[in-house]
Amino acid sequence: MHRSINRRDFLKLTGLGGVVFASGLAGGASYAASKASDFHFVQLSDSHWGFSGPAVNPEAGSTLKRAVAAVNSLAMPPDFIIFTGDLTHTTDDPQIRRTRMREFKAIVADLNVRNIHFLPGEHDASLDHGAAFQEFFGPTHYSFDYQGVHFVVLDNVSDPAARVGEEQLAWLKSDLTRHAKDAPIVVLTHRPLFDLAPQWDWATRDGSQVVDLLMPYENVTVFYGHIHQEHHHMTGHIAHHAARSLIFPLPAPGSQPKREPVKWDPEHPFRGLGFRSVAEDDAGRKIAIDERPLAGG
Amino acid sequence: MPLSRRSFILAGVAGVTFGSLRWALAQPAERVIPVVARKFVFLPNEIVLKRGEPVTLEFTAPEVVMGFSVPALKLRTDIIPGQVARLHMVPETEGTFDFLCDIFCGDGHEGMTGRLIVTA
Repeated sequence: MHRSINRRDFLKLTGLGGVVFASGLAGGASYAASKASDFHFVQLSDSHWGFSGPAVNPEAGSTLKRAVAAVNSLAMPPDFIIFTGDLTHTTDDPQIRRTRMREFKAIVADLNVRNIHFLPGEHDASLDHGAAFQEFFGPTHYSFDYQGVHFVVLDNVSDPAARVGEEQLAWLKSDLTRHAKDAPIVVLTHRPLFDLAPQWDWATRDGSQVVDLLMPYENVTVFYGHIHQEHHHMTGHIAHHAARSLIFPLPAPGSQPKREPVKWDPEHPFRGLGFRSVAEDDAGRKIAIDERPLAGG
Repeated sequence: MPLSRRSFILAGVAGVTFGSLRWALAQPAERVIPVVARKFVFLPNEIVLKRGEPVTLEFTAPEVVMGFSVPALKLRTDIIPGQVARLHMVPETEGTFDFLCDIFCGDGHEGMTGRLIVTA
C-alpha cells in the first residue's frame, strides 16, 4: 500500500537520520519523476533459524521473533519486506531442513506487512539445489516492479559453487533489456556480487558477469546479506549494501585470520544484530538507509 | 676383440639407461603432496612449499564434492569423490596464502580452511 506523504515527512518517518546514498546520475531524470513515488521497504537477512551456538547467540530461539516485533513496531509500516537469504541454518537432513523452513514461515507470518519477498542463502539452498526452498517460498530468482522501481532477485547460492550460472545470466540480460537505461533498478541477492573477501568465501564466482550486465544501467543498487554486517561498496556507479544478520555478527572482511562469529556479549545482548529500512526517494534515484539495531530495545 | 652386434645393442641400451639415471639424479623428483578434503577439514591444512620447487597437490574427497581454492594465487580445483584432482604449481612468491573449500558442503563449511606457506 502506498501512502501519499510529503518528502519531509517521508524522510522523518523512515528514519533518515541514517545514510543517504545517491544512486545513478544526477541529471537526465526523464524516467523518474512522474513514474515513481517515494516508498520504503525493510531488509531482513541471515536469521539462520535452527542455529544453535550459545557462545555466539544464547537467544537464537527468540532473535527472529524479536526482529518481527521490531518491524511491526515501526512508526511507519514498510510497503514491503525482503529477506535476503539464510532464512534457516543448514542441515544434512532434508526433513529437518523442511521443519526449519516451516517454523521460519510460521514466525514471519506474524509480520503485519503481508507483502514479503524471499530469496535463498547457501544455508537454505546449496545442499539440495534450492529444492526445499522452492517448496516453501517459490522461485529462487525473479523480478517485480514497485512504484516505478524494478526489483531483480538473483540466486547465487543454489549452485553450491556460488555461481549465478549461464541460464540465469541469460534471463537477467533478457529481463534488463525491457527497461530504459535510466530506470531505477534494485538487485537483491545473498552473496556479494564482487570479490569482497574471496578467502572467506565472500564472493560470487561469476559475479563480475552480473555486474557487467548491470553496468550499462545508470541507476542500480544492490542489497545483499551473507556477511552478517553492514557494509557499503561501489563497483563503478553501482552501490552494494550488505545487511546485518539476525543471528550473530561476523568480523570485518579480512580483519582477522579466521572468519569466526563474534562472541555474544552479555553486557550488550544482540549487539551487531539488526535490520534496515530502505527509503526510495526521488523516484528511486536516492536510496536512504536506516540501520535498525536489535540491541537496546 | 670386435663386439658382436648383440653386445653393441646391449651396451647402447645400458648407456641410454645410465644417461637417464644420471639425469634423474640431477633433477629433483617433483614432490607430490596428497591432500584429503573431508567434512570439514583439509588434511593437511597447512602445506609448506619452497619457492621455485615444482610440486603437485593431489586431492581426494571421500564424502561429497569439495573445492580447493587459493584466491590470492588464483588457483582452484573441484574435488569430486572417486576421482583424484591434481594441481601442479611452481611457487614463485614467498608468503602465507589462505586456502578454503569454495563449494558449500554443510554445517562446518565456513571453517574448512588452511594455509599454504611458501618459504625461501
